[in-house]
Amino acid sequence: MKLLLEHAHVEGIRYYDAYRKHGGYRSVEKALKMSPDEITEEVKKSGLRGRGGAGFPTGMKWSFLAKPEGVPRHLVCNADESEPGTFKDRYLMEFIPHLLVEGLIVSSYALGSNLTFIYIRGEYAWIVDILEQAIAEAKSNGWLGKNIAGSGFDCEIYVQRGAGAYICGEETALLESLEGKRGNPRIKPPFPAVKGLWGRPTVVNNVETLAAVVPIINMGGEEYAKIGVGRSTGTKLMSACGNINKPGVYEIDMTISVEEFIFSDQYCGGIPKGKRLKACIPGGSSVPILPANLLLKTAKGETRYMNYESLSDGGFQTGSMLGSGGFIVFDEDQCVVRHTMSLAHFYMHESCGQCSPCREGTGWMYRILKNIEYGKGKMSDIELLWDIQGKIEGNTICPLGDAAAWPVAAAIRHFRDEFEWHVLNPEESQTRNYGLAHYADPVYVPAVS
Amino acid sequence: MAEGTPNFKVTIDNITIEVPAGTSILEAARKIGGDVTPPAMCYYSKLEGSGGKCRTCLVEVSKGSEKDPRPMPKLVASCRTGVMDGMEVKNITSPRVIEARKGVVEMLLINHPLDCPICDQAGECDLQDLSYEHGTEGTRFEFDKRVFEKEDIGDYIQLHMTRCILCYRCVYTADQLTGERQHGVLERGERSEISTYLGKSLHNDFIGNVIDVCPVGALTDKTFRFKQRVWFTKPVDAHRDCENPKCCGKVRLWMRGDEVFRVTARKDQWGEVEGWICNECRFHKKETKDWIIEGPSNVSRYSVISQGHYVNTVPQPKIIDKVIGKEPKLLLNIHDVSEVNRPEIELSEIPGPAHSDDFEKKDDKKLNN
Repeated sequence: MKLLLEHAHVEGIRYYDAYRKHGGYRSVEKALKMSPDEITEEVKKSGLRGRGGAGFPTGMKWSFLAKPEGVPRHLVCNADESEPGTFKDRYLMEFIPHLLVEGLIVSSYALGSNLTFIYIRGEYAWIVDILEQAIAEAKSNGWLGKNIAGSGFDCEIYVQRGAGAYICGEETALLESLEGKRGNPRIKPPFPAVKGLWGRPTVVNNVETLAAVVPIINMGGEEYAKIGVGRSTGTKLMSACGNINKPGVYEIDMTISVEEFIFSDQYCGGIPKGKRLKACIPGGSSVPILPANLLLKTAKGETRYMNYESLSDGGFQTGSMLGSGGFIVFDEDQCVVRHTMSLAHFYMHESCGQCSPCREGTGWMYRILKNIEYGKGKMSDIELLWDIQGKIEGNTICPLGDAAAWPVAAAIRHFRDEFEWHVLNPEESQTRNYGLAHYADPVYVPAVS
Repeated sequence: MAEGTPNFKVTIDNITIEVPAGTSILEAARKIGGDVTPPAMCYYSKLEGSGGKCRTCLVEVSKGSEKDPRPMPKLVASCRTGVMDGMEVKNITSPRVIEARKGVVEMLLINHPLDCPICDQAGECDLQDLSYEHGTEGTRFEFDKRVFEKEDIGDYIQLHMTRCILCYRCVYTADQLTGERQHGVLERGERSEISTYLGKSLHNDFIGNVIDVCPVGALTDKTFRFKQRVWFTKPVDAHRDCENPKCCGKVRLWMRGDEVFRVTARKDQWGEVEGWICNECRFHKKETKDWIIEGPSNVSRYSVISQGHYVNTVPQPKIIDKVIGKEPKLLLNIHDVSEVNRPEIELSEIPGPAHSDDFEKKDDKKLNN
């Protein structure tokens, strides 16, 4: 089922005329006849959950927005998509920018934001032009500016480029950066819904979340909630990469199994060269890595599905998270230690340096992992890594500390023998990879034809 | 307490206290005092927006409030978390907090040079106290420490970035006190450093206060560097009528004999400045005649500074004789090779600061003359 990417391959969908011809801006027409609270109610009914990673119900987030008299409110679109493995927003903004603009207009109306910002990561320089053109087109066709479609609602959208910091994807760091300051996360509370951009009530939402508002308004919240399963409603964009035949962005309706997603030709198309599945990070680099045997089936032996609940089944002991949908697949030739090291390097590089556990701990973890990877590790290093990640997790200002700790913790939890092999065979580990061990089912037969 | 603000009852480590709404957990704990108070390396009650960064003041909230008794899932920074009515907080009674704090102290120290023997802050260093109380023996960090070049930032202040723990206090001080901040944090992550933009120097009337707020020896007073260990100097409260209207003029002189070695602002029991002083008072008034002396400062008897009284010291008992039954063989007697600290000279009888002249033999002196 496709809601967001339905017309993604239509010729010229990037431009207003083609977009409008395929039903674009219908949701704005419909929304402006509704009251803002009715829109929020529809979003609540739809069960839409934040697509940026945390999965917080969007309707609830909107209803938390403080509405004091005489104080402007803002909507900020978080397009600072910097998570390794996640590139779904890029696809959406690059090919159907009007969908985001449309979602922003509807959401701005619902939240009462006359001044709305898109904070986009600096590396997406060419997308800024695409978005600005889309905004200009929308404006010249009367969907933005003063008194939109005779409703009396004014709205302007501005695109602001970041300067290349992962941390600015954290909503309060994003607001600081948008205000022109150093992108350090703020200490919460107060939350942005009360004191956000320039101290005004602010909602920060992911690109995909805001785009999903369009089909919700078009089809109604209740209809939208029928798609998917349980609390995972609607469709989700997955950006699949790694050792698969067909890397790319896929829209799924969260009822398919992980097995189907990896092996069916409709989606990732299996693993190249007939190699076997070793592990997978199902939701962007920050979420725990899962070995193949726990990925396809939960610890209870049930099939694992591509949705929020099923992927997090078993907690961090035997599960992971859907996160932002950066699906990274590892085949049997990949080294988990090396992979964990490169992730640790990423988090060391991207830590803002504000609070001590994250600033010092991320670098420490990277150096230990580097030693282990290059055959200089000790057995005690593995225990030490475990201890350090435990001291970072939960003790930092923002979730970057957790995001740095979880991959290391999961790698040690599930792949401890690979770490031990690296320590015990320092020379051999430089020449070959550990391979599969017991992580994958050795006689695996794809169940999906 | 202002009219209209309700009082909240908060229980910290089983001690209940009533504080006005809007108080932070740390401030409530400071009202109780003693061991219950979490340590704070970055929080400074006089600086707006400070705190929340060092994570040493983490506490466990085992009961959110009377209305919503759910415990908070994560440890919270007590300096930036407001109390709620009926809140129950665990500090030293929570093993989770003790463990996390130990971790934070370890993280703070892994890249700290631990050069206390040559650091001017030693003796009045917050990080020294913190690691003494909450740290562990030894380190598990086996890599090269992060090192920065020493930076000269103006006539009065030396920046030794290697020692910095990035508490941001000096940044807030410059922002809020001087109104024209010339330094800030560059870079990010473990490479972040306090610096001025392109080697500018700090020259503001009140910039000297960053030395006082610095919890470690990263910002030191150039007029005092390497002059004296702080525990050899005697703190004396004094004041003068400063021409600068923003300067409170109430200072602490650190003296040895009649000599004023340095001037700092007065600090309260939490190590926070009571009133800001200007550069003129701090760096240029180093004569006793500039000041009206009020009397010796109150120094906590647990402080290293109160340990610096060498009068009537009791010699160490020679336990070693009893243990092995004979005099130990002395490999090298320091007094045979060095003229300094000769045992027959009683330190407490020397007036003023001890000088190498005092240790020289009388007949040597004649020879020299």
